[in-house]
Amino acid sequence: MTVMEQRDAYRPAPPPAWQLRTDPAPLLPDAEPYRVLGTEAAREADQELLLRLHGELVRGRRYNTQATALTKQGRLAVYPSSTGQEACEIAAALALRERDWLFPSYRDTLAAVARGLDPVAALTLLRGDWHTGYDPREHRIAPLSTPLATQLPHAVGLAHAARLKGDDVVALAMVGDGGTSEGDFHEALNFAAVWQAPVVFLVQNNGFAISVPLAKQTAAPSLAHKAVGYGMPGRLVDGNDAVAVHEVLSEAVRRAREGGGPTLIEAVTYRMEAHTNADDATRYRHDAEVEAWRDHDPILLVERELDARGLLDEDRRRAVREDAEAMAADLRERMNQDPALDPMDLFTQVYAEQTSQLREQAAQLRAELEAENDAEGGAGRDGAAR
Amino acid sequence: MTTVAVKPATMGQALGRALRDAMADDPAVHVLGEDVGTLGGVFRVTDGLAKEFGDDRCTDTPLAEAGILGTAVGMAMYGLRPVVEMQFDAFAYPAFEQLISHVSRMRNRTRGGMPMPITIRVPYGGGIGGVEHHSDSSEAYYMATPGLHVVTPATVADAYGLLRASIASDDPVVFLEPKRLYWSKADWNPDAPQSVEPIGKAVVRRAGRSATLLTYGPSVPVCLEAAEAARAEGWDLEVVDLRSLVPFDDETVTASVRRTGRAVVVHESGGFGGPGGEIAARVTERCFHHLEAPVLRVAGFDIPYPPPMLERHHLPGVDRILDAVARLQWEAES
Ligand SMILES: Cc1ncc(C[n+]2csc(CCOP(=O)(O)OP(=O)(O)O)c2C)c(N)n1
Repeated sequence: MTVMEQRDAYRPAPPPAWQLRTDPAPLLPDAEPYRVLGTEAAREADQELLLRLHGELVRGRRYNTQATALTKQGRLAVYPSSTGQEACEIAAALALRERDWLFPSYRDTLAAVARGLDPVAALTLLRGDWHTGYDPREHRIAPLSTPLATQLPHAVGLAHAARLKGDDVVALAMVGDGGTSEGDFHEALNFAAVWQAPVVFLVQNNGFAISVPLAKQTAAPSLAHKAVGYGMPGRLVDGNDAVAVHEVLSEAVRRAREGGGPTLIEAVTYRMEAHTNADDATRYRHDAEVEAWRDHDPILLVERELDARGLLDEDRRRAVREDAEAMAADLRERMNQDPALDPMDLFTQVYAEQTSQLREQAAQLRAELEAENDAEGGAGRDGAAR
Repeated sequence: MTTVAVKPATMGQALGRALRDAMADDPAVHVLGEDVGTLGGVFRVTDGLAKEFGDDRCTDTPLAEAGILGTAVGMAMYGLRPVVEMQFDAFAYPAFEQLISHVSRMRNRTRGGMPMPITIRVPYGGGIGGVEHHSDSSEAYYMATPGLHVVTPATVADAYGLLRASIASDDPVVFLEPKRLYWSKADWNPDAPQSVEPIGKAVVRRAGRSATLLTYGPSVPVCLEAAEAARAEGWDLEVVDLRSLVPFDDETVTASVRRTGRAVVVHESGGFGGPGGEIAARVTERCFHHLEAPVLRVAGFDIPYPPPMLERHHLPGVDRILDAVARLQWEAES
């Protein structure tokens, strides 16, 4: 039955006249996560794309292990690793054009890096020398958002503004499964659908919100099903299948770009590491569960396909590995240098024009720094005291 | 000879005119909120804007305050200058997280890369016979959040000037509109060139020599009335309308109190943890040797806002202000 036929068939006795405003059927996600790798469809996958994804995934994994190592060396205050979730992070970056915007959460520094951001700038927040380490407008990457789901309405507003201006811009907003319980998730999706904003919501369902499993988070059939309530399509995809996520994301981005409105995508994946380096995952999950996911690792899935096509010889492996090692070595070296800190920065850009109250406080700090400098014979602890 | 049409206008009309002029001057200015479009807002401040500028410039949003402010953040990221309307003071609370976690600190966290030129209009205060949740004075929460400006007009002309200045500001401004002054009238010519001073300047509404009443928003007319009544007691009171709580105009306030030697802070908001504590402390720190008496506060009681039939007992009125003035240790002088 077409939508119109279905509407005609449904004729309640007036009053009140009533009919569904949209047919929910086309909005429903599939019953199973969409997969490409390991299925018949894998043969259709573009070779260039497979190779690109493979290189990026290996780099991404190396980035994750390097950043985690930096926490152990005290070079990062904290690192929420996306190990195991690299397919989502990479696909998010690749699905966007340069003019599009990415709205990452704290776990999504890899997506920002894959989009081209310098890893040191991406990690500034987590090192703690400033909050946002890059100019969001220059890179079209919003600040990494820590308050859960609060970045989602920003993505909607930005996409809406771009559409009003007639610009060809899509916003991709990332959030975790736990974040879908927040009110901002609801409000963002509702606004997006009402405004038909060119925005794509990517939920990485990695099984946990710190320690809390999805079952305690929602009673929905799936997170993707939530889309139907807002009148937008929901898509369920295997988040470890880089080709599938890339395809579903690209399709949703294209839809948004063409005026088709927002899409909610649930990517089913798994957080292989603890929530952060400060977390102890053994308190709430068994190693056996983690081990079971190793066989469904995003890198492994792509490599199986590349192997089947005979594209993964030793030269190729080495080239990819060396590229990743070079990135890691550079990151390590630069992160091992102490960042330049200027305490007087605390007072800049609180307001466009400093208030007299802040001027007084800045003068106080300056005096303290000078006194400190004098006491230490001119060698200030933080360096650049003016 | 040209005659300038000076007709009585209400504060609500002046606010509406400010929005209209700001929208006409700058296509980046967008108004969004609940019922702001077709209806013109529950206080009719946005009346006619949707008609003149279209639904895309003056937008009836879904009913969700965090969503309104949260999407305004995204619009500002893209270079727009959103003016959002919160329907009532107490209904702005759902937007607090966006306000505090993003709006107020976006400029600082991005080292100036992404300023937030957002104006958040909030009708506030009591005295309109509103039932529960319609009369809060929430300025202390906003004042306690670095990165926000907090502004409130007390006159028709200031309503226009301060709102224009707030919209023109490259920083977020919580623009508190005293509900009970929406219908206050003054002779005001909307077509004469309007002075738009930058925000942050207090003004002496009534010059006096005996003591200074430091106040803002809905309490300004009450203080002016108290000052008139005080003449019978032989007190010549100065009334300072702060207009901007953040930034705070220490200069004007300090100059006034040093001149008079006595000060009372008057506001509707509760006294404990309220703006008056900060103001009294600042005055004491700067004017200690000029003070003849401790700085006193006349504030709302520290209670949930009362039901309308009892609110007059809560709101600072002329008698309570004069009682405070009487306690400013005048004995020492005679
Ligand atoms: C509003 C808010 N509440 C609580 C937290 C603390 N917190 C940080 S991460 C986290 C779990 C989030 O889980 P999920 O959304 O599934 O994302 P994941 O960390 O798994 O990527 C919590 C509770 C927060 N950052 N923001």
